[in-house]
Order: sequence, then structure tokens, then C-alpha cells
Amino acid sequence: MENMVNVYFFGKKYTVPADLTIMTAMEYAGYTLKRGCGCRHGFCGACATMYRIKGKNELKTCLACQTQVQEGMYVASIPFFPTDKRTYEIDEIRPEQRIMMELYPEIYSCIGCNACTKACTQNLNVMQYIAYAQRGEFEKCAEESFDCIACGCCTVRCPAEISHPMVGLLARRLTGKYIAPKSEHLAKRVEEIHEGAYDELIEQIMQKPITEMEELYNHREIEK
Amino acid sequence: MFTPEMMESVKKVEATRPSRIGMEPRRMTAEEKDTLLKAFHPDYREEAFAEIKIGPNKGQKAPKELTHLLHSNSRLLTDKVDLDKVDYDVDVLVIGGGGAGSSAAIEAHEAGAKVMIVTKLRIGDANTMMAEGGIQAADKANDSPVQHYLDAFGGGHFAARPELLKKLVMEAPDAIQWLNDLGVMFDKDAEGNMMTTHGGGTSRKRMHACKDYSGAEIMRTLRDEVINRQIPVVEFTSAVELIKDDKGQVAGAVLLNMETGDYMVARAKTVIIATGGAGRMHYQGFPTSNHYGATADGLVLGYRAGAPLLYQDTIQYHPTGVAYPSQIFGALVTEKVRSIGAMLVNADGEAFMHPLETRDVAAASIIRECTERGKGVKTPIGTGVWLDTPMIEEMSGAGTIEKRIPAMLRMYMNYGIDMRKLPILVYPTLHYQNGGLEIGGDGFTKVIPNLLVAGEAVGGIHGRNRLMGNSLLDVIVFGRDAGKAAAARVKEITLGKMNLDHVQAYAQELEKAGLHSEDVSPLLLPKYARHEGTVDSFDK
Repeated sequence: MENMVNVYFFGKKYTVPADLTIMTAMEYAGYTLKRGCGCRHGFCGACATMYRIKGKNELKTCLACQTQVQEGMYVASIPFFPTDKRTYEIDEIRPEQRIMMELYPEIYSCIGCNACTKACTQNLNVMQYIAYAQRGEFEKCAEESFDCIACGCCTVRCPAEISHPMVGLLARRLTGKYIAPKSEHLAKRVEEIHEGAYDELIEQIMQKPITEMEELYNHREIEK
Repeated sequence: MFTPEMMESVKKVEATRPSRIGMEPRRMTAEEKDTLLKAFHPDYREEAFAEIKIGPNKGQKAPKELTHLLHSNSRLLTDKVDLDKVDYDVDVLVIGGGGAGSSAAIEAHEAGAKVMIVTKLRIGDANTMMAEGGIQAADKANDSPVQHYLDAFGGGHFAARPELLKKLVMEAPDAIQWLNDLGVMFDKDAEGNMMTTHGGGTSRKRMHACKDYSGAEIMRTLRDEVINRQIPVVEFTSAVELIKDDKGQVAGAVLLNMETGDYMVARAKTVIIATGGAGRMHYQGFPTSNHYGATADGLVLGYRAGAPLLYQDTIQYHPTGVAYPSQIFGALVTEKVRSIGAMLVNADGEAFMHPLETRDVAAASIIRECTERGKGVKTPIGTGVWLDTPMIEEMSGAGTIEKRIPAMLRMYMNYGIDMRKLPILVYPTLHYQNGGLEIGGDGFTKVIPNLLVAGEAVGGIHGRNRLMGNSLLDVIVFGRDAGKAAAARVKEITLGKMNLDHVQAYAQELEKAGLHSEDVSPLLLPKYARHEGTVDSFDK
């Protein structure tokens, strides 16, 4: 007999194999998932979930696809949460502190409770990256928030009603576009291609017979 | 944690590690690779394929599961839809909200077209989001698009369509520039040089990355841009059939609300199929690295409407899927782990191959190690070989893993495995659909003048095997081009009377061929609930 545990999906009890994740346990229980299931490997944030272990006070947040079931787990998935994304034109804005004030003024209402950090399913220091955003330190905010998958658990728990993933995303786009150093070699290659520098060479290689291509491929020099 | 038996093998890996550091295993010759592939690559297992009995690829093979879908019935044979009641009327309809669909929508919007995305899950619930290792582009001084072409063409067994591969490599630097200008944070040094590495089968270090969240960083930026532009995105809505008109053009699609079961009609002057791959079909019983919706829907829609497939019989098994623990079985372990120094090592601690052979060769080599050679590591759920991750930090210093592959570190740490100290166990996982719908260099299918395909749903860009980093690239290049081409074509299209005659005709073909399936297609979602019972997802 497999090792089984009792879990409660939306309050209803199911007995499931102990080595399953919350997501596969729901399927074992018979759910056909439509919402709350995306990449199934911890990258998309679709399966934000809250749970409490029976008899314990602590309320936990997790990704259903990356979390193993436990005995007495009371599970509620968060299939959608009205995170508040503001729209902007990336070409029009600049990495200046006032852009955060304009787009996400509520970040200045942060009360420092750290509930966001505690709720983060990626173990990021969410409150810290919000602090960087407040100060207009976009690069630091971008780095600190980089691994965010926008599951929204932070936002669910925030008493100041901040949409943290959206703040981090804005900081990252500003950093990627405006703050990170330009890649000269990339700009140069793009220009060369536009000027037609490779047109003839590419046509030549496209015309070569397969035997010649095999020869070229099998004896090409590989950079160390 | 690992079992005592696995820990015994770890000791052997640790014992040989010092002698392996700084050593580069020999690469296989072309003949060795051919022999290996024929004996061990899953594409060569004939019993896993079945003949397609009707349609443009009649007489050719496809994986059994895909053939079954092509032989199954349209939902609209029994469910009736009133095509005169148009719910959405647009210039460009993009089916699929991944990297290709989003890129297409942005470019179509930029070109002034009225564009809409439909997606059966959420925008961004796509394989693009899960791509970890990076994106190729020949933008360094020692590299060129021609060299990129040679690597990809050879790696794909000289089967790529030249006109498609040319676009891929020639437009790659521009794709990187476009992403950079949208705000994607590529790994760069202080001078702005892209930090590039090798992938399996590359001859130059041209793999650009955003840590090991490369696809996620690209996807979330594209998604943000789609939303900023206020392009309509109809989520939890799948396209279940293309609509055609009396001129033989496509004229939109019948949509299904995944939650309520309602059908809707979208009329469009051009349609872009950007529905992605098929990992959730679990060909040959493999686990998959793909997202929940990867069920080859676009192939079925397009095929029923008369568009031919190309290389539908070739599938990519990523050599390094998670083999243990069970909770993450089949999840992707990015090739970047090998790019930055980890070796593939068998149960006896031997580096049995060069870690950066192409994916098909690496996958076949691992399967050989675990079968014929009997040098796999047994686990409670199967077998695998070691990926010797502690080597990375021994060579490049402490902190390298956390900085370069944080997602991998996090995924294993959830289950108490610290890859900085212990090697990880891997086995091939179903990763990518090399084949798909056939298109020309302009992005259009060759038989329907206003139907385009982009991304993983296309066949022929990569040939019969794909190199790491060329798929993130192809979704951007071909997505953008499809968006531009679709928007331009709109001006030439006048739609006629809409109909679903092709669905009826296809059903008659099935009937004539004596095929009577109980099932409907496209599949839309895998059947994972226990009572549905066709696929066991519990360790996938």
C-alpha cells in the first residue's frame, strides 16, 4: 500500500499518495484543471496556492506544481487575482524616480510589514525590491526581483494594496532598455546585416550541395 | 534526498571528479552519431509511429498519438455553431499567446492592423515561458550568420528548409536588438558585451541568456508590451476549428470558452496559428518539459483545413530532464548547466560523452548508457545518469550556480538537493516538436493564401533536430515576421461567405478511409484527472 495522506481541497477531504505535488494530487482526486495550472514546472505563476496545516495557525503560500502534499493540508488555489497593472509606452518613459510615483504611487504606502516577502513562493526579498523602487534605484529593484514569476502571492497579502510583480517588471524593462550598457557588437552586426554584408555569403551556403555541407559541418572549427 | 544506492554511485562520481576537471571528452564522429541515433533515438522506434490515412500527408508517418488526433472528429460535427453571428471581427487573429503569438500581435499592431489574441490558458502560459538556457544570435566578431546557418543545418541533419533557416540566422541579431529595446535584461558584462556561451552543437559561443529565466524574461516582457498596447487577449478560449470562405481562404475561427463551453465566432482577414508544441501528448510514454496546453492543436486545425505538415515524424527529447525526485520528474534541466561546465557521468563515475553534443545525440547516448550498457543509476522511479553540477563551482568559483542558473538551484532545493554539493540525476524528456505545419519563407502556408504559422507549430525551420537557443529565436523571428506579413496581407483580402465545409469534407474522408474514432480533436488539454484515465500524470 502506497503511503497516503489526507488533504482538503477547498475544504473537502481526499486521500492521496504522499509523494504527489498539490497539483498532481488534485488530478488524482479527480479535478480536471483549467485554471490554476500553466507550465507545471515553476516558471509561469499560474498555480498560486494558499494552505494551512490542520491545527496550525500559520497561513502559507506556494506554487501547487512545486509543493508536495502534507497530512492535514487545507488547500485553496488562487486561480486569478486582480493584480493592478498600469499601462505605459516604453519608448516614452525614462528611468526616473517620478515614473514610479506616477504609475505605482501606492508603493509609498508600504507599511513595512514584510508580508510580501514572507508570501513569496520564490523566496525573494520583495519588500526590499519595493524599497529600491521607491528610491528610484531601478537596477537594484530589477536584480532583486529578477526571479519573480508573478504568481501574485505577495499582492494577495499586501495591506498597502501594492501590485509588486508589476513594479518589478517596470523596473526590469527600464533597466534592460535604458540603464544596462549598450551592446556595441550587437548594434554593429545588425547594421552590417541591414547593409547586406552577408547577403552573398548566405546565398552561397544555401546553394551548396549536401555533400559539401556535410564536409563543412563535420570539419568546422569549434571555439574553445 | 537520494537513496543509499544512489549515494554509493555519487561517491564514484566524486572520486573521478578531480581527473575530469579541465579534461574535454572526445566528440563523436559523424558515423558514430549515425549509428547511435539509429539504435537508440526514439524517432527510430517504428512501433511508436502510425501512418496518416487521409489528407495532404496521407501515407506518411507521425507519432501514433498525433495520427490518432488527425483521425479523430471535429467537435463541430455534433455541436452546431451559427457562423452568421460574429462575436469578434478583426484583421488579424492570432491563435496562441506564447512567444510567437505575442510577437506577431505586437508587430501586427505596430503595422496598424486590428489584431486579437485568443489563447486557451493565459497569455504567457506557453513553452516560451519555460525556456531556460538562452537564445542564439551570431553577433560577436568571430561569428557570422553563415556560421550559425552551418551549425543549425548540420545539427538538424541537413533537412532544414534553406529559405526558413536563412531568415532565422539573418534576422537573429535584429531579434535580440528588438528584445533589448523592449527592455529584456540580457546577461551583459560592464562594457555591454553579451555574455554568451556554447550550446550543444554550436561552433561559436552565441547563446545569449537572462540567467536561466531566459524565456520567462522574454515572455513577461512581450506580455507586458501586448497589454500596454491594449491588444485584446481573449484568455481561456481555444480555437477548435478554422473557418473558411467560399473562395477557399481562411476567414477566422470557431472559438470555445474553456470554462463555460460556449462557442463563439471570430472573423478575421488573416489568421496566424501560433499554438506551440505537443509535449503533453507524451509520445512513447515520455514525461515532458512542456506546459499544460502543449497538445498540437494548431496542427490539427491547420491539417483539417488542408495545410500540409512537414517533419511531423521527428520529435526532440531533451537529454537532461529531471529523473529524480518524482515531484519534478521530466522537468527541464537547462542545457546551460552543461554550457557552464557540468559533465554527463554514468553510475561508475565515467564521463561517457562530450557534454555538448547535439540534443538528439546526447539523448540517444544517455538512453544507451541506461539500457545496453547498463551504466544507468537506478532510482525508485526509473533510471538516469548524473549531471555533475559541483564541477561548475570547482571550475568557476563559489556562487556561480546561484548567479547563472538560479532556477535550477531553486527547483532542486525545494526537494532538499543542493546541486552545488551533489550531482543531479537526469534522463531524456519530451521537449520539442521539430515538425509542424509547412510554410514558405513569407510565413504563409503554401495552400491557403491568408493563413500563417509561427513558432513551434511550424515544421522545417530546424530540420530533424533543433539546437538549443534556436527555438526562443524562432518564436521571435517568425512571430514578428508573421505579424508584419499578416497585417500587410489584410489590405488584399476580401472575405466571402463563411463556411465549415472543409470540416464536413474531412469527416467524409475519414469515413471513406474506414476510420471511426470515438474521440474529438484538437485535444486542448491532456486528460490527467484520474477518472479520465488515459494518461498518468501523477509523476509527470
